[in-house]
Amino acid sequence: MKLKHEIFETNIGLLIIFTMIAISIGGLVEITPLFYINDTVEDVRRADGTQAVRPYTPLEQRGRDIYTREGCYNCHSQMIRPFRDEALRYGHYSLAAESQYDHPFQWGSKRTGPDLARVGGKYSDTWHVKHLVRPKSVVPESIMPNYPWLLENDLDYSDIQARMEALKKVGVPYSLTQEEYDSNVKQFGKAVADKLDITRADENLVSEAQDNNRDGIPSRITEMDALVAYLQMLGTLIDFKAHDEHEFIKAR
Amino acid sequence: MAHSSAGSVEQYNYDIVKKFAIASLIWGIAGMFTGVWLASELAWPFLNFDIAQITFGRLRPVHTSGVIFGFGGNALFATSFYVVQRTCQARLAGSRNAHYFMFYGWNGALIIAGIGYMMGITQAREYAEPEWYVDIMITLVWLVYFWVFVTTITRRNQPHIYVANWFYMAFILATAILHIFNNLAVPVSFTGAKSYSLFAGAQDAMTQWWYGHNAVGFFLTAAFLGMMYYFVPKQAGRPVYSYRLSIVHFWALGFMYMWVGTHHLHWTAIPDWTSSLAAVFSILLLMPSWGGMINGIMTLSGAWDKLRTDPIMMFMITALSFYGMSTFEGPMMALKEVNALSHYTDWTVGHVHSGALGWVALITIGSFYHMIPKLWNTELYSMRLVKLHFFVATLGIILYITAMWSSGIGQGMMLREFDEYGNLANTFISTVTFMHAPLVARAIGGMFFVSGMLLMAFNIYMTIRNAKREPAVGSVAQTVNA
Ligand code: HEM
Ligand code: HEM
Repeated sequence: MKLKHEIFETNIGLLIIFTMIAISIGGLVEITPLFYINDTVEDVRRADGTQAVRPYTPLEQRGRDIYTREGCYNCHSQMIRPFRDEALRYGHYSLAAESQYDHPFQWGSKRTGPDLARVGGKYSDTWHVKHLVRPKSVVPESIMPNYPWLLENDLDYSDIQARMEALKKVGVPYSLTQEEYDSNVKQFGKAVADKLDITRADENLVSEAQDNNRDGIPSRITEMDALVAYLQMLGTLIDFKAHDEHEFIKAR
Repeated sequence: MAHSSAGSVEQYNYDIVKKFAIASLIWGIAGMFTGVWLASELAWPFLNFDIAQITFGRLRPVHTSGVIFGFGGNALFATSFYVVQRTCQARLAGSRNAHYFMFYGWNGALIIAGIGYMMGITQAREYAEPEWYVDIMITLVWLVYFWVFVTTITRRNQPHIYVANWFYMAFILATAILHIFNNLAVPVSFTGAKSYSLFAGAQDAMTQWWYGHNAVGFFLTAAFLGMMYYFVPKQAGRPVYSYRLSIVHFWALGFMYMWVGTHHLHWTAIPDWTSSLAAVFSILLLMPSWGGMINGIMTLSGAWDKLRTDPIMMFMITALSFYGMSTFEGPMMALKEVNALSHYTDWTVGHVHSGALGWVALITIGSFYHMIPKLWNTELYSMRLVKLHFFVATLGIILYITAMWSSGIGQGMMLREFDEYGNLANTFISTVTFMHAPLVARAIGGMFFVSGMLLMAFNIYMTIRNAKREPAVGSVAQTVNA
């Protein structure tokens, strides 16, 4: 063994090549599922045949950007595991389909706070606003920081179209052309397809923010509007009552 | 290199090694102080002070990047350049500009990244937070690093490439591959900071943890094993215990690490078989890891008294013991049943730091205490301070880890507890209240560890100051110092 190994020890080229081989085999096995995974993302549809999981609206996507900016993933996961306690606490376990438009994924690895994968609809908008400005005002024992600036800062949506175009490049089906729009109508229904239209992003964002007025300040569109819009839709797209459990188990 | 005959040209280039070593110490103190601050924010949340830039979520990556890439990265540049020159008996390849490019490029990139996190600029993927332009800077630095390291090896005055260099080389190669693939992203605009990851959801998670785990495997483990394979035998004054074991250790580790990334994704929305495969390979990984630990510790056989008399050796052997401990704990946590409890809790954080503080930091500190006096051609200012540092650091680690076991396992148990009617017995927030005491203990443990780092900084400062004074005194035979 010692004798044969000598050829690596005396030749840096060989050492590099064989190290590459050694580390690549495992690397390839780890990467292969990435291609296979496309088939294991569940195809979840509503009764009318359209896709249940849709890309984020412009306002929600800006909210998501704020979620990543503040580093919420450092304390909150968005991935419910298939255990009884998690089902009771957070709801149905997460499906791969639910994060298929998440660039980047925000599954997290540490729950300093609770999971947020299905926080949407659990609390009122007012609760969220109070909670984000000062968590202790609604949960006295909380150790989460205050985020008062979310209410102070106006939402900057000047580059919303550029952001959506970048997301389109990485595979999110936002539409620019009539053809893409039509295909979205087929996939998601007209109401959703309208929101995915990049050319109408600004007006969509403004009207969604004003119609819902989640921050409680009608005259302004704040970062709070966007973040709460994002939080309130998390985990709400699939109606689990309408599905048979076995559909999802196959995918794993 | 240039004018080889003159006596003024030193055999080795220590200048760049010194720079990286000092930078490593500075990052170490800054990064670990940030760690203490974070720990304190969790124990006493008012410390967030409603200042956006230092809230926990934005500051945490400053800590992880600061200690892993700042403290760890600079230490690896320093020691790899020291080790490759000494074991090859060749001067470091590359011009002064190339060396400065690496030094300022690496540290500049980290500073830009860190300030960015505080301003909210991040890719929001653990350990890969730097945005696209910093990623490009890092890639360029890394290519130069690879070139300089390999070219120096080709200029060796020895037929054999010493084992430490294999580990360093594998680390440089693997890190390049991981970094490039994991950071594929599309910028919103070339004049702005923001980008979106090329992959989404489950795919993004798989790529990220393929990277994340191997950042641990090659950055925090293989590379520091390179450090171990040089400095432990040097400090012990004996050859590596088993040459054969180091060969097995090297190839088995390099081969197996890449398979196990998905143990970070147990029970999540990925195909089940990928996680089973990762669990199996994680268990297998125990063997080469312990092989390496045994190889390091047994190097001391016949000189066991050094464990009592030589504080530098204490650092190194304790580091190896923690390496053994965390590579035992890791495979346990990779079992799906155990992971069901440990994942998402402080148990993971405790495991991280038994590796990070116990292994990475202690082996680095030990190696620095050996190397720095050699670089400045002098003796350490004070061995007693080294000994004190050892005790403070060890105490800090023990506090840290035990606190995390109690908060992590405690929280895990509380969360899955049911009352007699089958309802959840505890709310989430009641576990937060429960964890307050261990979180305080962890913060105190961290303070101990940072105090040790400050002792070290003082000791090194005095060592270098004395070294600079000596020639001025005019003594030709430099045998001063306590
Ligand atoms: C004084 C020493 C240190 C203290 C007090 C400290 C404290 C902390 C704290 C409070 C966290 C956040 C944990 C959480 O989110 O709940 C953390 C995370 C982390 N630290 Fe440290 N740290 C120290 C040293 C180090 C060193 C030397 C390294 C690496 C070489 C390191 C690597 C990490 C990593 C990788 C994480 C992320 C853990 C995860 O995601 O599970 N730390 N540290
Ligand atoms: C045979 C060796 C090892 C194995 C099999 C292993 C396995 C594991 C497992 C199963 C987790 C938990 C993942 C989760 O539930 O989220 C983990 C986390 C981690 N380990 Fe290890 N470990 C090993 C050695 C080490 C060493 C030596 C270090 C040292 C520095 C280290 C650093 C980490 C870090 C930083 C994380 C946290 C990742 C995160 O969630 O952010 N591990 N490891």
